[in-house]
Amino acid sequence: MGWFDKLKEGLAKTRDSITDKIGEVLSINKKIDEELYEELEEAMIMSDIGYKTSSDIIDILRKRVKENKIYDSEDVKQLLKEIIVEMMGNNNIGIIPDNTPAVYLVVGVNGVGKTTSIGKMAYYLKNKGYKVVLAAGDTFRAAAIDQLEVWGRRTGVEVIRHQEGSDPAAVIFDAIQSAKAKKADILICDTAGRLHNKKNLMEELRKINKILEKEYNQAYKQTLLVLDATTGQNALIQAKQFMEVSDVNGIILTKLDGTAKGGIVIAVSNELKIPVKMIGVGEGIDDLQEFNPTAFVDAIF
Amino acid sequence: MAFEGLTSKLQETFKRLKNKGKLTDKDVKDAMREVKLAMLEADVNYKVVKDFINSVSERAVGQEVMESLTPAQHVIKIVNEELINLMGKNESKLNISSVPPTVIMFVGLQGAGKTTMAGKLALYLKKHSKKPMLVAADIYRPAAIKQLQVLGAQIDVPVFSLGDKINPVDIAKAGIENAKKSGCDYVIIDTAGRLHIDEELMNELVNIKNSINPNEILLVIDAMTGQDAVNVAEQFNNSLELTGVILTKLDGDTRGGAAISVKAVTGKPIKFVGVGEKLTDIEVFYPDRMSSRILGMGDILSLIEKAQEAIDEKKAMDLQNKLMHQQFTLEDFLEQMQQMKKMGPMKDLLKMIPGIDSSKLGDIDIDEKELDHTEAIIKSMTKQERQNPSIINSSRKKRIAAGSGTSIQEVNKLLAGFEQSKKMMKQFADMQKNMKKGKIKFPFFK
Repeated sequence: MGWFDKLKEGLAKTRDSITDKIGEVLSINKKIDEELYEELEEAMIMSDIGYKTSSDIIDILRKRVKENKIYDSEDVKQLLKEIIVEMMGNNNIGIIPDNTPAVYLVVGVNGVGKTTSIGKMAYYLKNKGYKVVLAAGDTFRAAAIDQLEVWGRRTGVEVIRHQEGSDPAAVIFDAIQSAKAKKADILICDTAGRLHNKKNLMEELRKINKILEKEYNQAYKQTLLVLDATTGQNALIQAKQFMEVSDVNGIILTKLDGTAKGGIVIAVSNELKIPVKMIGVGEGIDDLQEFNPTAFVDAIF
Repeated sequence: MAFEGLTSKLQETFKRLKNKGKLTDKDVKDAMREVKLAMLEADVNYKVVKDFINSVSERAVGQEVMESLTPAQHVIKIVNEELINLMGKNESKLNISSVPPTVIMFVGLQGAGKTTMAGKLALYLKKHSKKPMLVAADIYRPAAIKQLQVLGAQIDVPVFSLGDKINPVDIAKAGIENAKKSGCDYVIIDTAGRLHIDEELMNELVNIKNSINPNEILLVIDAMTGQDAVNVAEQFNNSLELTGVILTKLDGDTRGGAAISVKAVTGKPIKFVGVGEKLTDIEVFYPDRMSSRILGMGDILSLIEKAQEAIDEKKAMDLQNKLMHQQFTLEDFLEQMQQMKKMGPMKDLLKMIPGIDSSKLGDIDIDEKELDHTEAIIKSMTKQERQNPSIINSSRKKRIAAGSGTSIQEVNKLLAGFEQSKKMMKQFADMQKNMKKGKIKFPFFK
């Protein structure tokens, strides 16, 4: 190597370091740039995280950026993801019961995909080796019972049913007896989709809860709220209302296969501390997956 | 509380604007910030909100405040106008085919409420002396056909189905043929819910559309939809060229920001809204009312409208005079009650008043029966007794109770209540007088 090459190499280094410096300056600029925060906030609001939780997150972000002396906007983004993953929590994921027998009460407003999710849950749990029984507790919507029965056939799981319009509490009662007699591991109860502001229907849910408590006290009990990923801020109100009549232990987030980001569950996690357990990502019977916070957050940004 | 509803949020904002002599740039900016937050909480799309705020701010800043309005009212006026601009001014009717049947195709995501809404619209048409037929073209969701059949039976409307093994395009075509033969003048085709990014299924809809040429292609969308409403609406509109939108589940605390988003990106009118779980819970969509509701005037405009229909203005003036001068009698009370009844159930009226969170109304049960009892009691009084309740002694009370089928206790309760409200009215009347004279400033009228 001649001296000329050496010089060139040296200059290149300098040049590189200059560009680095510029890059640094740029990212320093980016860091103090309100525009970046605004961009991130916008992205969060656009994915239904909601204004309040978005600004909570931005507040934490600002603090940590300062603490960790972060200058690169890419790092800021990474930090942001970490903050959200922390917010979502890493435990309590999935629907494998701590012990059996177990009973899952599945609730939610109309059209979020309760019955479909129950079908997928049955399939998932059966594949894990559990004996599952389904209770057709939605006696209100036309043909809801038939819909659950189709899922029962598809998954090879027994469905306990009454007539349409009959008392759902009675269905649940029978299903408990049947689950006991057959030594089932897990009983999954469908309920009528109810707009959370309908008092009578919420009362009905209270009654079902009472029966579960009285008749199946020894069972590991979980109430799972099904939320539609396309739902906006109203999901918070829904969750709050259901929490009033039932301990909501987790969320099943459905319809994540569209363009909706489902960011509302971050708000639900942040404000109401309910963890997401499973996500529905398609129409197939096996399209119910354990929730993965990191992958979920990656998908948002 | 994070969520008190857009309505009360906006009221807060405008309350703050009230009683300021002038509307500065900063005022507008502050107000618009709150409007922005409120709209975002109502799930109006972020970009739509941004555009809206810009356009309103532009109009608001530098504008002369109209003489008869306070600056705050003027901002409300502008915001309201812009919202109405966004939503469209008038309600929009169904397109009708010159040769029957009129064919209406329902499309939308899963769970939006298509099948239920198909039943509701069929019942609505039937009530308007039409002969609708429902066509079950959702061959994918388990028991979807059954659901439509059950609904059809409930409302006594024929449901056409070829089972779930036949191509939806053929079902739609055969359904329309069948409707023609049986003399039905409306055909509602319920299609399967699908994702807007599912090309295969979207193509199926395009095929149905091309082979039947529907008069209406209505996107059925959940009023609780979040930011994604714009994508959904855009995609369906791009593939199918929608003719309109139906908003479902717009009841209770649903703030329905999706309505604004969908209208903004597609430009297509919202034709109907679903407002409850019963099959009769369907309403024609009035865009101007929606915007006033979002604005925080509740449905106060329709309340005023309703009130004007029912109450003769002169009578109202007389009443006010009587109130002021303490000449309010049981007879006036009866008349007032009857006029209120004309306006509809108390509960509905309460809901329209802005700032009242209807979710909290759930527990308040206004007993319409009690109003009936009150009416009966007053009607059992003589004219003299109504004018001058103080003459009602125990034997009169006995007679009144017997005549109205109530008890003496109830009569007593009414009389006591009446005296009390009379006192209250006097206080109000005094207050009003004093206020006019500028004597008292009330701390709570901030």
